[in-house]
Amino acid sequence: MKRSGKRVIPGFGLSMGVTLTMVSLIVVIPLASLVVFTAKLSPKDIWETITRERVLASFQVSFLTAFIASLINAVMGVILAWVLVRYDFPLKRLLDGLIELPFAMPTAVAGIALTSLTSDKGLIGKFFSRFGIKIAYTRIGITVALVFIGIPFVVRAVQPVLEKLDPSYEEAAGSMGASRARIFRSVILPEILPAAMTGFGLAFGRCLGEYGSVVFIAGNKPFETEITPLIIMSELQEYDYASASAISLVILAAAFLILFFVNLIQSRNSKILGR
Amino acid sequence: MKKIISSVLAFTLAAAVLLTACGSSDRSDGKNNDSGKVTITNVSYDPTRELYAAYNEIFAKHWKETKGQDVEITQSHGGSGKQALEVANGLEADVVTLALEYDVNAVRDAGLIEDGWVKEFDKDSSPYTSTIVFLVRKGNPKDIHDWDDIVKDGVGIITPNPKTSGGARWNYLAAWAFAQKQYGNDEEQIKDFMKKLFANVLVLDSGARGATTTFVENGQGDVLLAWENEAFLSIQDHPDEYEIITPSISILAQPSVAIVDSVVDERGTREVATEYLNYLYSDEAQRLAGQNFYRPSNPDILNEFADTFDLNLDLVTIDDFGGWDEAQQKHFSDGGIFDQIYEE
Amino acid sequence: MKKSDSGIAKYLLIGISFLFIILMLILPLITVITEAFRNGWEAYKEAVSDEYTVKATLLTLEATFFAVLFNTIFGLFAAWAVTKFRFRGKKILTTLIDIPVTLSPIIAGLIFVLTFGRQSAIYPYLKQWDIDIVFAVPGIVLATIFVTFPFISRELIPVLETQGTDEEEAAALMGEKWFGIFRKVTFPHIKWAFLYGIVLCTARAMGEFGAVSVLSGHLRGKTNTLPLHVEILFNEFKYVPAFAVSSILVLIAIVILVIRSIIEYIGKRNGEDVR
Repeated sequence: MKRSGKRVIPGFGLSMGVTLTMVSLIVVIPLASLVVFTAKLSPKDIWETITRERVLASFQVSFLTAFIASLINAVMGVILAWVLVRYDFPLKRLLDGLIELPFAMPTAVAGIALTSLTSDKGLIGKFFSRFGIKIAYTRIGITVALVFIGIPFVVRAVQPVLEKLDPSYEEAAGSMGASRARIFRSVILPEILPAAMTGFGLAFGRCLGEYGSVVFIAGNKPFETEITPLIIMSELQEYDYASASAISLVILAAAFLILFFVNLIQSRNSKILGR
Repeated sequence: MKKIISSVLAFTLAAAVLLTACGSSDRSDGKNNDSGKVTITNVSYDPTRELYAAYNEIFAKHWKETKGQDVEITQSHGGSGKQALEVANGLEADVVTLALEYDVNAVRDAGLIEDGWVKEFDKDSSPYTSTIVFLVRKGNPKDIHDWDDIVKDGVGIITPNPKTSGGARWNYLAAWAFAQKQYGNDEEQIKDFMKKLFANVLVLDSGARGATTTFVENGQGDVLLAWENEAFLSIQDHPDEYEIITPSISILAQPSVAIVDSVVDERGTREVATEYLNYLYSDEAQRLAGQNFYRPSNPDILNEFADTFDLNLDLVTIDDFGGWDEAQQKHFSDGGIFDQIYEE
Repeated sequence: MKKSDSGIAKYLLIGISFLFIILMLILPLITVITEAFRNGWEAYKEAVSDEYTVKATLLTLEATFFAVLFNTIFGLFAAWAVTKFRFRGKKILTTLIDIPVTLSPIIAGLIFVLTFGRQSAIYPYLKQWDIDIVFAVPGIVLATIFVTFPFISRELIPVLETQGTDEEEAAALMGEKWFGIFRKVTFPHIKWAFLYGIVLCTARAMGEFGAVSVLSGHLRGKTNTLPLHVEILFNEFKYVPAFAVSSILVLIAIVILVIRSIIEYIGKRNGEDVR
């Protein structure tokens, strides 16, 4: 806080004060109680809880499906944001408006609807089952549900940045003969990458913890399609708060690291861009 | 720095005031007076809504006639284990009517219900019971009649996960009871049987309703292991598509009812809460249970429903497993037999 | 710029976007609607006009209103603090703000139960003051605030970061107070991002299920929100009414979308560069 002499803009005390209070009330204090409950176990018990074979298998399922789903969402999110900002076409408003739908629909409803579509009796599932691909009750099904859950994150993170981006740079680059791919790579991508990364990070974190929609489509078979939140739920059913908190702390730590990393990239990027 | 601190203080205060404001404005129930109206909360599990919606009406009439007082009952439904957790964490329930004794014991362990609650009402505090049956597709294409038919190759089973669904623990124990009868006390063979059974399980849904959806709406599997009352509800919705098969042996599923002692003492509602649970054993309420596909615990009334229920079924009870605490520890705890079935 | 973007790339991208949206969003949506009307219009009307459905709708709107209000205030202050000033621990702060999204909703609910419930140290005091938090409306509001915590600040931060601080510094040197700077200089830049944030936050607040479900107690007519009511109907083997009630959420989401479009339209007509 030594640099306060540099602060020309007023309002630091007030905005920091409000921010810190709210963060501590809503985030830090509740999280602290999670740590306190985990601490009821000895370190050895915690280790044994989180390294049980079945728990490890669930970590694998959860991390893998969440990663693939957020990757799909990152690519599709950038494309969607680009299309929505830069092009005019019929039904654009409709497309734009549907983006938030996954948030508004209760997760259980989404899970049930997606399952009935992708089971081998459903509309989409029937088509794929001809090629011997099963969607519902496999890891593919889990990924589909997670893609659904995460759609808004990347689109809505990239969209405002793209809107503020001045197309004159691209036009200048274009008139100097740069190819379209090159313009995208060297002019547009650096601008939207931080926002896309943020969206990716949030979607990934959300997917790791998602329960409501996935349990319907997953099949929940141990070692195959059992996700970590389901394990947490079974610990709670046994009234074992401590194990539940221990396992969820692992997920939380992973999410924290990923987001921290994303935030790091984001601030470094804005420095590179000279801002 | 000073500024930060002062705005922190101001904001904490504002937040506290806000919370208090919406906290106090929403205290609708308050304390009960002797005269006028009394309200009680019944925390129950999922598929009992229709039963209690009807029962609350006849109870209100009964209470009005005998005591001259109006009674209003607030219902709460959810997964049995979760409901128990919530009561243990401060949800003010005057009575709990849950899917199994083990869940009521969890409320007892939190210090809210006194020891010995099981003997407080008749029939181990289970005014109505159910059992585990098979729901198969019409015409029974896989020719399923008993437990040993469903472990055969090529039969797809749908059952909820005993780890997350209290109801599914009855399914598991019913299958175990059959194997025990078959193989005596040779636990290795019983485990083998259970392993075969769960190898046939296609989808382990997190709850009973999810499993029914998987079987009925999404067309997965050949047989659904279900509570009898839920199987009847599926038949009611789709009369031409499914059949109920009763196996040779099953388990007597005993949903438990109890008074939450510390809550009724604080709210002064012990009398009405006790009568609320007692009246479940009246002829009228017993018939209501039967109409909602629960087996009435009064044998005379049960016989009135002989057309609906298969009464020749051989039923074991949880006591054959040494009670819930022991069964839970042995089969469903971390590293218990259910885990071993999948881990080995 | 729209004219310069010609040819295959444009239609390919639009095509991909439509395919993705149809498969991932519109088909599930159609599934929900067809299920809702499976037993005809009368059954639908009965399900949505049920006394408890109406109460649940009101409660959902109430919780959503408070969550959006709270997070709007927080989002503005936090975005201001994070982007206009340099201070140590900034990345940790932004990561902490993001954390609620990544926490499994079940655990989110659980930590509030542990913090304010019967097993917590402060429970006797709350009891003494007659304050109900868990299993009452304040708990539901709290859980909703928690799960939507970062949505508004997360939309604002990338935009403000791209914009830099020069304009604000200039205004400050000219003697503007912080609120004046915010209103005249900063707000015009962020208003569309702000709108996105509010829409995201509202949608997510309405649809939240997991955390609220742990904190609500499911008291019929008192602490049941719409998503919880959907779950209960579903668990009671009321398959069609469950979908009918979910369609209310879809409907509210559409209303919000229309409002947003109107705001954008008015903004555009007033000659502002929205897109």
